[in-house]
Amino acid sequence: MSGPPSSETPPLRVVLAKLGFDGHDRGLRVVARLLRDAGCEVIYLGLRQSVDNVVAVVEQEDADAVGLSMHNAGHLTLAPKMVQALRDAGLDTPVVVGGIIPDVDVEPLRQAGVAAILGPGASAEEVVHAVRSAVDSTP
Amino acid sequence: MTQRGLDLDDIVERALGGQRRAVGRLLSVAERGGAEADRLTAALHGRSARAHIVGITGPPGSGKSTLVGRLTAAAAASGANPAVLAVDPSSPLTGGAILGDRIRIDRTGGDVFVRSIATRGHAGGLAVAVPGAIRVLDATGFDPIIIETVGVGQVEVDIAAMADTTVVVANPGTGDAVQANKAGLLEIADIFVVNKADLPEAEALRLDLERMLDLSHVTGHEAYRGRRAPIVLTESLSGTGIDELWTEIIDHRSLLDASNARQLRQLLRLRAEVEALVAGRIHRLTRAVFDSSAGERALADLASGRIDPVAAAEIILDEGTASLGS
Amino acid sequence: MVLEVIHVTDSHDDDPRARWEQEAATATERDADFVTMSDVPVEVVYGDAPYPGQYPYTRGIYPTMYRSRLWTMRMFAGFGTAEDTNARFTELLRHGGTGLSTAFDMPTLMGRDSDHEWSEGEVGRAGVAIDTLADMRDLFAGIDLGGVSTSMTINGPANIIMGMYIACAEENGVLRQRLGGTIQNDVLKEYQAQKEYIFPPRPSMRLVTDLLRFTTAEMPRWHPISISGYHIREAGSTAAQELAFTLANGFAYVEAAMAVGLPVDDFAPRLSFFFNSHSDFFEEIGKFRAARRIWARWMKERYGATDERSMKCRFHTQTAGVSLTAQQPEINIARVALQALAGVLGGTQSLHTDAYDEALALPTEEAARIALRTQQIVAHETGVASVADPLGGSPYVEWMTDEMERRAEAIFDHLLELGDGSILEGTYAAIDNGYHVSSIADSAYRFQQAVNSGRRVVVGVNRFTDGDTRDDANLLRIDPAVEDYQRKRLAQVKQQRNDEMVRRALDDLVAAAAEPTTNTVPATINAAKAMATEGEIVAALEGVFGTYVEPAVF
Repeated sequence: MSGPPSSETPPLRVVLAKLGFDGHDRGLRVVARLLRDAGCEVIYLGLRQSVDNVVAVVEQEDADAVGLSMHNAGHLTLAPKMVQALRDAGLDTPVVVGGIIPDVDVEPLRQAGVAAILGPGASAEEVVHAVRSAVDSTP
Repeated sequence: MTQRGLDLDDIVERALGGQRRAVGRLLSVAERGGAEADRLTAALHGRSARAHIVGITGPPGSGKSTLVGRLTAAAAASGANPAVLAVDPSSPLTGGAILGDRIRIDRTGGDVFVRSIATRGHAGGLAVAVPGAIRVLDATGFDPIIIETVGVGQVEVDIAAMADTTVVVANPGTGDAVQANKAGLLEIADIFVVNKADLPEAEALRLDLERMLDLSHVTGHEAYRGRRAPIVLTESLSGTGIDELWTEIIDHRSLLDASNARQLRQLLRLRAEVEALVAGRIHRLTRAVFDSSAGERALADLASGRIDPVAAAEIILDEGTASLGS
Repeated sequence: MVLEVIHVTDSHDDDPRARWEQEAATATERDADFVTMSDVPVEVVYGDAPYPGQYPYTRGIYPTMYRSRLWTMRMFAGFGTAEDTNARFTELLRHGGTGLSTAFDMPTLMGRDSDHEWSEGEVGRAGVAIDTLADMRDLFAGIDLGGVSTSMTINGPANIIMGMYIACAEENGVLRQRLGGTIQNDVLKEYQAQKEYIFPPRPSMRLVTDLLRFTTAEMPRWHPISISGYHIREAGSTAAQELAFTLANGFAYVEAAMAVGLPVDDFAPRLSFFFNSHSDFFEEIGKFRAARRIWARWMKERYGATDERSMKCRFHTQTAGVSLTAQQPEINIARVALQALAGVLGGTQSLHTDAYDEALALPTEEAARIALRTQQIVAHETGVASVADPLGGSPYVEWMTDEMERRAEAIFDHLLELGDGSILEGTYAAIDNGYHVSSIADSAYRFQQAVNSGRRVVVGVNRFTDGDTRDDANLLRIDPAVEDYQRKRLAQVKQQRNDEMVRRALDDLVAAAAEPTTNTVPATINAAKAMATEGEIVAALEGVFGTYVEPAVF
């Protein structure tokens, strides 16, 4: 007999990281806990990650989404780089960006393929919803 | 993901061809369990290259992850192709988990393949998921496969004990020797590591462990494991002692090979996996019976006092067995 | 005076009021009228002993506080190239300023050069970029370093920047003995909160004690550590955690310095602190008052200090950047004003007020001006500076002070237990097992949940949200040309220097670092003089010390 299909859908696996030098990890840590408490498995990479390492981790961990936290001007260069590096590796993993993102930068980030952008102080529901819908809308 | 559309055979083929993304995908299949995992087991069983399985366990904060990173670097330097399974507990309340071991493994281990595994709440889940993950990594050419677990909680200790070589890590000045003893870690250790050996209390810890090992000689434990466990002093931050640890692991592997013990340990692992698979099936089967009309009837009879719990259990089991035949 | 009748002895030793009056008499009053708006004259101090300036200094470290001298209104700034910042320094000095506050860009703070791959987009952005001694020369060109006081906010690579600063001064004939200023150099809080660490904790502490030994012997006017709770609070701690972790870090430095043989009164007077002033008004005031009392008691009773200056907790305060909201940014002006007021009522020695638009980017010039004006309103319009410790004796304020102290002591007990009687060892152990990081994260998470549920009101965010007029199109952004310029400058320096000299200087530094009792500061100064880059010096030291990677503790 073959086993019946597993009854529950497996938890979402989300890689959380900060790219580059920026050491402000308060938001990233809060989001890690919010996602854990919403039943997600968070692969927490924390500070000082390179784009290439995040791609390698997404492959090895078979992650459903990447969450980046940005607290300085880097978001306009680093977030698009992250999206591009994933696509170059043949991955369509959605990238969600949180942190201090001025309104004027939201549209350019969307154009660059960022799936969702969360402002500072986003609620638990907003964070979880953003990640889930980014994953769901990925073919 | 791109590979969501692919069928399992394609992914297996890519994984066997060395594509890491496909290996990652197969690990998810193995971890999830169910019919697809069963098919995966069928596809990979017999493809085993028989990698050496190394369990590394110890209390939180003992520097395990950095040590594992260093160890994989040493293994890679000697021409091996190591992979790591880093096991961390899920929250019992929400089922979620924060898996952070790989940060330190990555930083010291370089380009090693690391997979983080949450214990996930379901009964016996790890007992199936970990052997499944080992099978995937083994078939796709990784050797050794290092399993890192926190040395608290029976599940984690059991996982570490499943390895061919089990390494128990302890820290000076923390009462780890006593804790390790209480947690049952002494019985499963093939090698002890005193990490952070630059701390002044390292020698005292080594002596504590030696004394406990003297006792294990008396209790017969030593004879069971095949030898007295060596104690290796390391500093995972600087890398001191890592080469020696790697050599001890290789030596232990040779020792196991020489005495046929490696096959024996593999057989024990397979047996544990089969046990867990059987238990899982019985669990699902009986749950289905509980939800059926026969199950509801039995519970109603139990509630009204017409039958006792033992009789109810017999009814559930009989119903389940009957449904297997149908 | 009535006092003379009561007292039969000439000695003021056991009469705190008489002692205070004697001390207060030596302090000159600043040039202002100490009357209310309605012309009611007010005394220097009210209430009971111990008075301001008296052990344990709960009421302030000076007998007359702001009646004699207002706090220093320190506005921290800096971006672009060293030359840009030099122009502003020169301007500041021309207007009679004597203190230069230097902020460094992120690559410099992390000990990496402007041509590091991660430096892209960061060079000169949040502060000045320093790669080599050449940049330091540009930064202070035309400035007499013997005549100014320089404050440098840098931690992990503090000794390297210090080495460049000393080298720069000595090239211009200014002896290191004449250099005055402060370097933050508080590495412990990097592992706990700010996360700008480079080496693991113990080697980092070695570098701190090297600088402590060096400045104690050769630089009497230099303040080698500013122990900072600011970043601990910004990372999400409670007020009590900020208080306890910061003071415990202070005790850890004291223990480390004593362990390398420095007598406590030789270095402790040159330690200073840096706290956050957040939105809960009385809690903040209680925190500041408790800080002084705890520091005084521990220094005297536990560490055996006899010099009063060793017991006085001098501190700088900055308003809580993390409290600034991106929504309705102009209401931040009110938040900053109230936080500034708490800092002043808490008896701070200097104050930085945040600009209202800092939640989104670097402050605009207008916002920075409003921030300074806010301090001036507190100083000159509210009258709070006329009386020393005007809240002293208030039952609520005194209770809050005691409560903050109790909560801090509970944390000290935990650290002492972890360290087997040593705060220093307890702090290492706590960093190792993620105690600080996880307790701060717990507090941050609880706060965030309270905001999300609406139980904690943040005006403009979860209540009273109408009227968000945010327009961030005019945010200040740094010209990318700065980065190009800086990289070219670095390449040019590398081309012109003598590589063999660099190699030898770095070899010497590595040899010094490998020998635990050798002071690394002289070799660091030599490496700076040889034009080794900051990144090269850090890489050489990482070879000996290793690189820190924090554990993922939640």
